[in-house]
Amino acid sequence: MVKANHYPQPADQRQVEFETDFLVIQDLVKAYPSGSGDQTVVLDGINLSVGANEFIAIIGHSGCGKSTLLKIVGGLEQATSGAVFLEGSPIKKPGADRMMVFQQYSLLPWLTVRENVRLAVDEVCDRMSPRDRNDLVEEHLAMVNLTAAAAKYPDELSGGMKQRVGIARALAIRPKMLLMDEPFGALDALTRSRLQRQVLDIWERNPQAVMMITHDVDEAIYMADRIVMMTNGPNANIGEILTVPFDHPRDRAALRESSAYYDLRNHALGFLDSYFEQMS
Amino acid sequence: MQPRSQTRAASRLGRPNSATKKFRFPWEKIVLPAIAFAAVLLLWWVIATFFTTLMPTPWQAFQDNLDYILNPFFRRGPGNLGIGWLLLASLRRVLLGFLLGTLVAIPIGFWIGLSPRAMTAINPLVQLFRPVSPVAWLPIALAIFNLANPSAIFVIFITSLWPTVINTALGVSSVPKDYLDVAQVLEMPRWRQMYKIIWPASLPYIFTGLRLSLGIAWLVIVAVEMLTGGIGIGFFIWDEWNRLSLSSVFLAVIVIGLTGLVLDYAITLLQRWATHRPVKAL
Repeated sequence: MVKANHYPQPADQRQVEFETDFLVIQDLVKAYPSGSGDQTVVLDGINLSVGANEFIAIIGHSGCGKSTLLKIVGGLEQATSGAVFLEGSPIKKPGADRMMVFQQYSLLPWLTVRENVRLAVDEVCDRMSPRDRNDLVEEHLAMVNLTAAAAKYPDELSGGMKQRVGIARALAIRPKMLLMDEPFGALDALTRSRLQRQVLDIWERNPQAVMMITHDVDEAIYMADRIVMMTNGPNANIGEILTVPFDHPRDRAALRESSAYYDLRNHALGFLDSYFEQMS
Repeated sequence: MQPRSQTRAASRLGRPNSATKKFRFPWEKIVLPAIAFAAVLLLWWVIATFFTTLMPTPWQAFQDNLDYILNPFFRRGPGNLGIGWLLLASLRRVLLGFLLGTLVAIPIGFWIGLSPRAMTAINPLVQLFRPVSPVAWLPIALAIFNLANPSAIFVIFITSLWPTVINTALGVSSVPKDYLDVAQVLEMPRWRQMYKIIWPASLPYIFTGLRLSLGIAWLVIVAVEMLTGGIGIGFFIWDEWNRLSLSSVFLAVIVIGLTGLVLDYAITLLQRWATHRPVKAL
């Protein structure tokens, strides 16, 4: 396949090593009609490209349209103008090649843990034999340490376990790209940091393109290769893209010892604070 | 603090700590309802003793009914059957009408829940007929069927329609968007979303409709049988009143109440089995 090179490269792209065009977001605008006939522009001209094995975190204040951006990439919402390309072809509708992990888990409460994962596998891997599908489900349940809870219903699980089901479901269908909408946002601090470790482990063993929405700077630095910082909405845009210079696999304790970590953290918090002051 | 942390450690090790917890008899849950029952019996006794000669005292009623209670399934000639047979005859009508109603109501509810246009078309009809006492349909049913039994079943059928239609439509139209998003991301075709997502997601609502329908159907059958006659618990009440044998009427009231409880509980069990989720009280 000939890679299309005719997309204009975003001007604020400081990154060199990941500059591939696996996912390209081009001049993306999202506007909603508002009351008096005119429009409220949520996202105003987003340009971003993501590498095939790159972990991207998107951070910004609430209301900056970061979830909308993720939903457009996921195909659940349509862009007003501009486009998103995955491996050169435009994204128009939802697809299993861009599987989502939802903040509120979105598990189906009438299915057991195993059946929830199985539903996704049955839907996407319909050419596999039932036996292979079974193996795929069990493999991914084991990956998130849920084999023992496989026969339970979502109501019987803690938040952390529910999100592990969500992650197993997303990974089991082998998407080209993983879209995570504040995946750890609803969890308590201890569970959150354990689950961050688990997800990062899985990713480090098997890197793929990830786009994660978060509002937690530490989470972004710990997990992501690049951090996309958004300005406040309406008319939100990409304010700055930070490159996280640490190699994988990462060790949280070691990161905390380095001064580079704190420089990065202060820089990101400074950016968010400057927009926080604008808000008030 | 010490004993408490020990129990916690024990439970973490998987040892059951329920043995340390003393079993306490739920006195309140038995004594308080018993007081209420006793108060009603006292009121009954006062009314029967001082206000009317037609009404038996609770003790008289119990003695009069002893034969019915001990032999619920006697057959002493045509029309002279034990109360168990009468109950079964009424239950048969209710369940038949309820099943037919359900078979019609769920598809209609599903359809108008999915299609706003169908909702616009059908909702006025539902709203018009819903407040009508189902007994009002009896003459129409008799005109159509010319027979008491099918007419009674038809009235139960009509009774069972409305709550199930309304609740099914509500359930289908309020399936959480999250579930549909999952289906969309998985590229699930619309027809498969119907039975894999929308149907199971709306089942709790459908069961709410079924519980309401069955409850009302059980109320209505007594009135219908009083009007149509024949074998059944409703006509039994009317017949016994005509013979001025009020004791049997009290027995019938209690039997009807208990049966209603059992029916409701049966639907709850079915719901728990079908939805795998705890059932909320109505």
